[in-house]
Amino acid sequence: MGLLRGLVSRITTPLLPDDYLHLLNPLWSARELRGVVVNVVPETESAATLVIKPGWGWSAQYRAGQYIGIGVQVDGRWHWRSYSLTSVPTEADSTISITVKATPEGFLSQHLVGGLVPGTVVRLAAPKGDFVLPDPPPEKILFLTGGAGLTPVMGMLRMLHRRDIMTDVHLVHSAPTERDVLFRKELHGLADRHQSLRLHEQFTDTMGMLALDRLDEVVPDWVEREAWVCGPPPMLDAAERVWKAQHLTGKLHVERFSIQLDGAGGEGGTVTFGAGGRTADVDGATTLLEAGEQVGVQMPFGCRMGICQSCVVPLVAGTVRDLRNGTVHVEGDRIQTCISAAAGDCVLGV
Amino acid sequence: MAVTDIKQFAHLTDADVEAIGRELDEMRRDLEESRGARDAAYIRNAIKLQRGLAVGGRAALFASAFPPAWIAGTAMLGLAKIIENMELGHNVIHGQWDWMNDPEVHSSAWEWDTACPSEQWKHSHNFVHHKYTNVVGKDDDVGYGILRVTRDQKWHPVYLAQPLTNALLATFFQYGVALHDLNIKEIRRGRKDPRTTWRQLKQIGRKVGRQIGKDYVLFPLLSGPQFLSTLTANATANLMRNLWSYTVIFCGHFPDGAEKFTVEEFENETPHEWYLRQMLGSANFRAGPVMAFMSGNLCYQIEHHLFPDLPSNRYAEMSQRIRALCEKYDLPYTTGSFTHQYMQTLRTLWKLSLPDRFLTATPDAAPETASEQGGTVQALRRPTQQHRRAG
Repeated sequence: MGLLRGLVSRITTPLLPDDYLHLLNPLWSARELRGVVVNVVPETESAATLVIKPGWGWSAQYRAGQYIGIGVQVDGRWHWRSYSLTSVPTEADSTISITVKATPEGFLSQHLVGGLVPGTVVRLAAPKGDFVLPDPPPEKILFLTGGAGLTPVMGMLRMLHRRDIMTDVHLVHSAPTERDVLFRKELHGLADRHQSLRLHEQFTDTMGMLALDRLDEVVPDWVEREAWVCGPPPMLDAAERVWKAQHLTGKLHVERFSIQLDGAGGEGGTVTFGAGGRTADVDGATTLLEAGEQVGVQMPFGCRMGICQSCVVPLVAGTVRDLRNGTVHVEGDRIQTCISAAAGDCVLGV
Repeated sequence: MAVTDIKQFAHLTDADVEAIGRELDEMRRDLEESRGARDAAYIRNAIKLQRGLAVGGRAALFASAFPPAWIAGTAMLGLAKIIENMELGHNVIHGQWDWMNDPEVHSSAWEWDTACPSEQWKHSHNFVHHKYTNVVGKDDDVGYGILRVTRDQKWHPVYLAQPLTNALLATFFQYGVALHDLNIKEIRRGRKDPRTTWRQLKQIGRKVGRQIGKDYVLFPLLSGPQFLSTLTANATANLMRNLWSYTVIFCGHFPDGAEKFTVEEFENETPHEWYLRQMLGSANFRAGPVMAFMSGNLCYQIEHHLFPDLPSNRYAEMSQRIRALCEKYDLPYTTGSFTHQYMQTLRTLWKLSLPDRFLTATPDAAPETASEQGGTVQALRRPTQQHRRAG
């Protein structure tokens, strides 16, 4: 297959065969991972599961708990976000699913929940993340989740159920009300099926927030359990504090969803050039190009006035602002460093 | 001499220059805000059309021994190559579609169907030419190092061959473009790191190898006994593209009224005067929608030079506002028919092959260039008068 593609690309050069084929069928391209939405299943009032059939080049080798990047085109522009996979990798099923909760300030999550129809073509980024269970799973597990933080754990629970290796699992999930609990019916069904799966639901509107300092009231043996925690940042911070106090940090696995602040994190920040590369603390007026050069990073550059595109690099994480017009760019965008400044901490793919 | 004091040349006050700059900034903002699904659909359709024509042309040429198939195949392939070069390659590499955030239609990833590697093009064109536009001694597109296009360039006996050099450049345009960023002048003077030159040569070699392999080896071989007729068809398609892109590009900065500037002007220039230099240094030609599309909207060269990274499909509507702006400040908006603009270019090229003593006009008031010392904008506004004076 690779050889054939190489040969054919000799006659399609400078393009790839994929560049022609995807015009016939959007899934026939391995150059950019694509998928087509085959189903949109409402989960709660503000959440939906997207079932996606990936195209060429997709590897089914993902693990429950990992996330994927999904790109959708809104008004001509591709926007990228990351969501946990809620499907279980199997031979039989070639589709994948993610569950998205619409947040009031998140225009893209609202679009994903309410604006996608079956047949929509989306872009995909390969599965990533180490918020996964070891194989075989530990004897005693605690899943501590809040809101949409349930999604990666749902992938894990489905995998444990599908492979029939449900060990001693305790799920503690917080949501404002009963109606806001994702997958509620399925969760109770699983708990009925598996004696070893126990469920605690914390309805925070009526019961208040779960106090992690008194976690033993809900899960008496929590210190014996290996824990996977995913939810809003304050909950994760509290968990890290509580586990650290018990010297149990080694048993804690945390998944942080990056939160799109849309530049509202103040101006400037720490810029990292390439994963694990040099860093620079900059103000909101220094261009990323200048910042990189100041710390000795060999930055691509050209006109230094925003017209030639020689300096374009991918924004790996964080947000930056276009100094010309204030446009905020987010993770996944490609940005011109000569006219952009940091809007909070960010990582550039240099 | 070329223009040194752009304000005096254009009869503008500081306040006028600022006001023009502000209006142009505002136009940019308006356009940036209005980019959307309609524009994205435009470029996607252009890509579909281009790839469809390329596939259709290649397919027809599998019967290239049959003359009607040769003609149809060559025409489709030639059109595909022109669209790929002008409306897609040139404009995508400018970053006009980067706002879509689509990695497949992005300046950082696009490689075009021509001998020049897009990375080198980005340097020689997007950076050197678009930043230093028409600054004699800084913009290598002023004559491309081989032609004399203004009396500001010193005459040399080699320019006697200019009519021939020009014809050869037009015929083999893609190779001229491919060698452009090497900057042979700098290499000859020993001012360029040989390692850089070697790296660039290797990059050009690889690209040219693949391009030649495709058009002159693989597709002819695939058509079996029709090897030769497929080869001539592909060569003709490349020639069509070369002649067309050469002509369009030469109409951008070499017709009368596209002024040249001195390094001194550039060094003392404000950002708003940069706009002014782009306006005064570029020339449009009149085109209907089809012609505009085939030229990659470079019939709107003035608009393109003011906003090189804004989507080409919007230049037509922008030209209305730019033209009104020029009227308001009594600035020239250089345009004419395609033939007229190219004939002026050709006349300049042929004429300037001779030393100045055989020419009647002075470097300060010549049709191809003027300066604040000789012809100024007001004089240039009436082309007929200009012609008489130039003799």
